Amino acid sequence: MSQDTVAEPLVTLDGVHTYYGKSHILHGVSLIVGKGEVVGLLGRNGVGKSTTLKTIMGLVQPNQGKVTLEGRPIAGAPAHKLAKLGIGYVPEDRRIFRLLTVMENLRTGLDRPGVSDARKQELLDKVFAYFPVLGERRNQAGGTLSGGEQQMLAIARAMMLEPKIILLDEPTEGLMPRMVSQIHQIIDALHREGVAILLVEQNVPLTLEASQRVYIMEKGVIRHHAASSELKVGDAVIKQYLGV
Amino acid sequence: MASVLAFFQNFPIELFIIQTLNGIVTGMILALIASGLTLIFGIMDVVNFAHGELFMLGAYMGVIVLSSTGSFWLALILATLIVGLFGAAMQIVTLRPLIGRDPLTTILATFGVSLILQNYALWQFGPVARKINEPYTGHFNLFYLEYPYYRLVIAGLSAAIIGGFWLFLKYGKYGIWIRATTQDRVMAQAMGIPVPLVHTAAFAIGAGMAAASGVLFGPLVGVNHTMGLDWVLKAFIVVVVGGMGNLGGSIAAAIFISLLESYASIWVNPAQAVIVSFVVLIFTLLFRPTGLFVPTPK
Repeated sequence: MSQDTVAEPLVTLDGVHTYYGKSHILHGVSLIVGKGEVVGLLGRNGVGKSTTLKTIMGLVQPNQGKVTLEGRPIAGAPAHKLAKLGIGYVPEDRRIFRLLTVMENLRTGLDRPGVSDARKQELLDKVFAYFPVLGERRNQAGGTLSGGEQQMLAIARAMMLEPKIILLDEPTEGLMPRMVSQIHQIIDALHREGVAILLVEQNVPLTLEASQRVYIMEKGVIRHHAASSELKVGDAVIKQYLGV
Repeated sequence: MASVLAFFQNFPIELFIIQTLNGIVTGMILALIASGLTLIFGIMDVVNFAHGELFMLGAYMGVIVLSSTGSFWLALILATLIVGLFGAAMQIVTLRPLIGRDPLTTILATFGVSLILQNYALWQFGPVARKINEPYTGHFNLFYLEYPYYRLVIAGLSAAIIGGFWLFLKYGKYGIWIRATTQDRVMAQAMGIPVPLVHTAAFAIGAGMAAASGVLFGPLVGVNHTMGLDWVLKAFIVVVVGGMGNLGGSIAAAIFISLLESYASIWVNPAQAVIVSFVVLIFTLLFRPTGLFVPTPK
């Protein structure tokens, strides 16, 4: 299965080079996420997976290459505009607003122009149905939640934007197994709703199960690309690039 | 033991009550200035050295509006709005291009603006102090003193402005934007919050609050081009003692320090009483550098 078979591309990166100051992080990354598709991005620490997500989100600007959302070039656009265009971001360290309550954290994404009160309530009801614990703790400060609860809040917060794609950066890092399977369920639920997901993970089995396609990165470039169903945890290519 | 007893027998209880009242009045004004300063520092890590000049500019705007309309309240509102707009323009022109640079650049930029504003005021209005007439001239008897009502009005209005600002931060949509941006600028942006606009708005609010305090305090001291200097120095002390960027801490510290200074001036002259603020500052920096009124971070 090649990149070209993606029926309706949502986000594309074409030959993207990104620098942090003088260090060259992405050396020409090209990838495609189709509408409603769950795509995994695997690779060891420090190969540029998170930088790829930050580049799409507009948090770092590429020096070269094209980034498009539904065919429109978005490289250079500020993050807050991209959030409005439908990109949700769940960063690696969750970055909950620690002093804001759970409800206020959600409101940062909910208080957008053009969202009716009824729609706001629907969105809240939906995330509280997915994550009942957030409903129970809605008036508690974000910083007082456990790691797993903060991860749920980070995902729920991104869902408030009604995004077309969610960039998920290592959502299961440091979570206990029960939480990991809950994250898996959420990814499946979002997929059923038609939300595309670009999933950066170290957890290979989860990524292969939850996604339709995977890209494998090494040293700032995509080295391998395959349908998730064609790969198994013990495959040579996984061993070669991930060392697991 | 006898001397302790003598101290309490001779304790100037009436003076103490008067000084408590004075301390609260100056404390509320100081809190109003320091709230803006700490808001601006908290949200964009900018130490605004021009804050005292925004206070001064507010007082002059008050003088101008008052002399042309005769209404103190109109002067208060218009001065707040005009200086708020001026603050927005100042932030866009001088600070927005410096975001993400070395903090020294923003210190130099705001210091430069403060010098320009001071000298502009001197050039435009001259060295002679102007007067803002208080809206209430009544007095009430407090022991042997005729205490002006207007001082209580200042304290009440400052408290109302700070209270309104607090409610806005706590419940308002844009208040949540300001708090989210203060805590995590990058994530706020990723949530669709227009951070550059929020920075400008926060600066405008801080400038407007400084201007309001300038108009409110003008009747007590007279308006001149250097009136901001004393206040900004005290406001900086308050912001550090209260915990940089901590609004509640700044308000508590403003009242605490003003009360201490008032009490000290029962026994020493007011110029020496200022020493108290510096002593508090030094001890805070030595023993609780994160601020007196914040829980020690874990």
